[in-house]
Amino acid sequence: MSERAPLMESGVEHRFGPYGGQYVPETLLPALVELEGAWVAARDDVAYVAELDGLLRDFAGRPTPLYLAERLSELAGRELWLKREDLMHTGSHKLNNALGQALLARRMGKQRIIAETGAGQHGVATATACALLGLECIVYMGAEDIRRQAPNVQRMKLLGADVVSVDAGARTLKEAVSEAIRDWVSSVATTHYIIGSAVGPAPYPAIVRDLQRVIGDEARRELLARAGRLPDRVVACVGGGSNSIGIFSPFVNDADVALIGVEAAGQGLGSGRHGAPLTAGGRAGVLHGSLSAVMQDRDGQVTEAHSISAGLDYPGSGPEHAYLRDSGRARYVAVEDTDALCAFREVTRLEGIIPALETSHALYYAIHEDGIGSTLDLVCLSGRGDKDLAEVIAQGDAP
Amino acid sequence: MGKPARDRVPAVAQTGEDRIGAAFALRRGRAALMPYLMGGFPDMATSRAIGEAYAANGADLIELGVPYSDPLADGPTIQAAGTAALRAGATIGGVLEVGEALARRVPVVLMCYVNLVLAPGADAFVQRLREAGISGLIVPDLPMGEEPAVTEACAEHGVALVPLVAPTTTDERLALIGAQAQGFLYTVSVSGTTGERGSRAQAFGELLGRVKRHTAVPVALGFGIATPEHAAEAARAGADGVIVGTRLVRAAAEADDPAAATGEFVAELAAALIR
Ligand SMILES: Cc1ncc(COP(=O)(O)O)c(C=O)c1O
Repeated sequence: MSERAPLMESGVEHRFGPYGGQYVPETLLPALVELEGAWVAARDDVAYVAELDGLLRDFAGRPTPLYLAERLSELAGRELWLKREDLMHTGSHKLNNALGQALLARRMGKQRIIAETGAGQHGVATATACALLGLECIVYMGAEDIRRQAPNVQRMKLLGADVVSVDAGARTLKEAVSEAIRDWVSSVATTHYIIGSAVGPAPYPAIVRDLQRVIGDEARRELLARAGRLPDRVVACVGGGSNSIGIFSPFVNDADVALIGVEAAGQGLGSGRHGAPLTAGGRAGVLHGSLSAVMQDRDGQVTEAHSISAGLDYPGSGPEHAYLRDSGRARYVAVEDTDALCAFREVTRLEGIIPALETSHALYYAIHEDGIGSTLDLVCLSGRGDKDLAEVIAQGDAP
Repeated sequence: MGKPARDRVPAVAQTGEDRIGAAFALRRGRAALMPYLMGGFPDMATSRAIGEAYAANGADLIELGVPYSDPLADGPTIQAAGTAALRAGATIGGVLEVGEALARRVPVVLMCYVNLVLAPGADAFVQRLREAGISGLIVPDLPMGEEPAVTEACAEHGVALVPLVAPTTTDERLALIGAQAQGFLYTVSVSGTTGERGSRAQAFGELLGRVKRHTAVPVALGFGIATPEHAAEAARAGADGVIVGTRLVRAAAEADDPAAATGEFVAELAAALIR
């Protein structure tokens, strides 16, 4: 049996309730149709599934461990099980998606790959997959993110990727996605766009979810085998929402399992300087090809997000999350910069694990917030924090 | 709740589609000239003066762009102009006032990204266009059929919903879009964003031939047309209308007197289409 047979359970949704859709220039529509066709064929093709599973196992190191963090559990007052995506090759969950899509691009005969990146983890994962498969790789990255995630920029370049600095707007993830889409509008005949999160026009949110649900499938199976039970809560950080939708998906039908997505509250929800569109609420909007929760002003201009973590510094969110929120199936909360830094240090000192700043938001919530009613949390440790050392050290000494 | 009618063109209910159709028909077989104006760039008053200069120098219609935070269909020049306009305080209300003034002289077609249309609700948004005398609406990130509320609002308020097609558009989709197009069909001359490009007379001909087989409305060519020679090529290749954007926005950005400079350039474009 294939490790990832559940792929076939999901459809290729265009809408999640009212959310999602294909709000793109007409030029791109044929590419989205082609992509959807290629994906539907690939995921039912044993050769594609076998090749992807083989690479995930032998190249990327799956399955990743599930770790009962005893000292953190003591601090939290309940069991915390960490799904160790930080231990996968390249250091985050992003490679699950990048490998799956790069194989898909090769099937479609597209030799040129473009991607956006915020924290640099998706850029590194994509550059890695392209090096492996011999594909050309161009990564768009905001100038501010190039500054604060320098080690990942060096990794991408070593892997042979061309890193293009984006200077528009706040020079972070939103602008990088826009620039990648503009490239794609001009290059669509030869190029596949590997989007890095569960965002974008259909069929991307469904494809990225299906490629990331391996996280949740493995964790659910392993937890049942070892703890003999399901978790009370599944907690994951939400930038665009790929590690979270990946770990949530297999639990959606387990009605007693609470699903909690943790966004970036930045300098506080009230300050307006945050990256928490799902938590903040408000009118839905269109960003990067789909309708979802978006930070915007009265006229509909998209506003700038803020977060200490580049991967959560995004004013949009995946459309399926907006749907899970509205339907009440998942709950979204937000954690501030300073609290994320606090968890970063705690987890490092107590467990010997240096988590990514993105992940630190989810960890803070699981350790410190509102755990009443839960005796067992499953937390997605989406990535490792090596890339963040300079940024954290610049924030001052550990408490 | 409309504002009291002003001294704008016909008090009788002329739809946007009628007015656009009349502007093309007046050209009697010659291509209509539709220069693009970034509303609020470099500031609101100057953008209005630029639009007046377009109208005075031979524009048959004006495409009025609304500055947007994330303009996915635009290249660097128009993107930068939009950012500058927003920094200078441009709002949708201000741009519509410019549109209302220009619409007294020529039909105005608004180019506006979908999130700005949806923010107040499609119906309320399109009603505002109608009240400002705007004839048509182009939404570059809204493929036909994706948001029925916009289509319905345009039908309700008599504003032409002008779709875009591109070289990548399949014949099947061209047939669908061509049949529903109102006012004119905006044909994107290249697979790409807005920007100045070299001559592509041959490609123009093939694309226009394919598009015209699928629609009864006039076909206007845009994206990449930057000189009077390109404009004439597009017209000779069969375009019923020629849209020039980035080149004019660049002129507005670079000139000491943007209205004079862009007016002069529009006059040259107009002359090239008469020859
Ligand atoms: C380690 C890590 N976690 C989480 C994220 C957020 O992305 P997503 O919400 O798509 O999982 C990122 C993005 O860069 C990341 O690098």
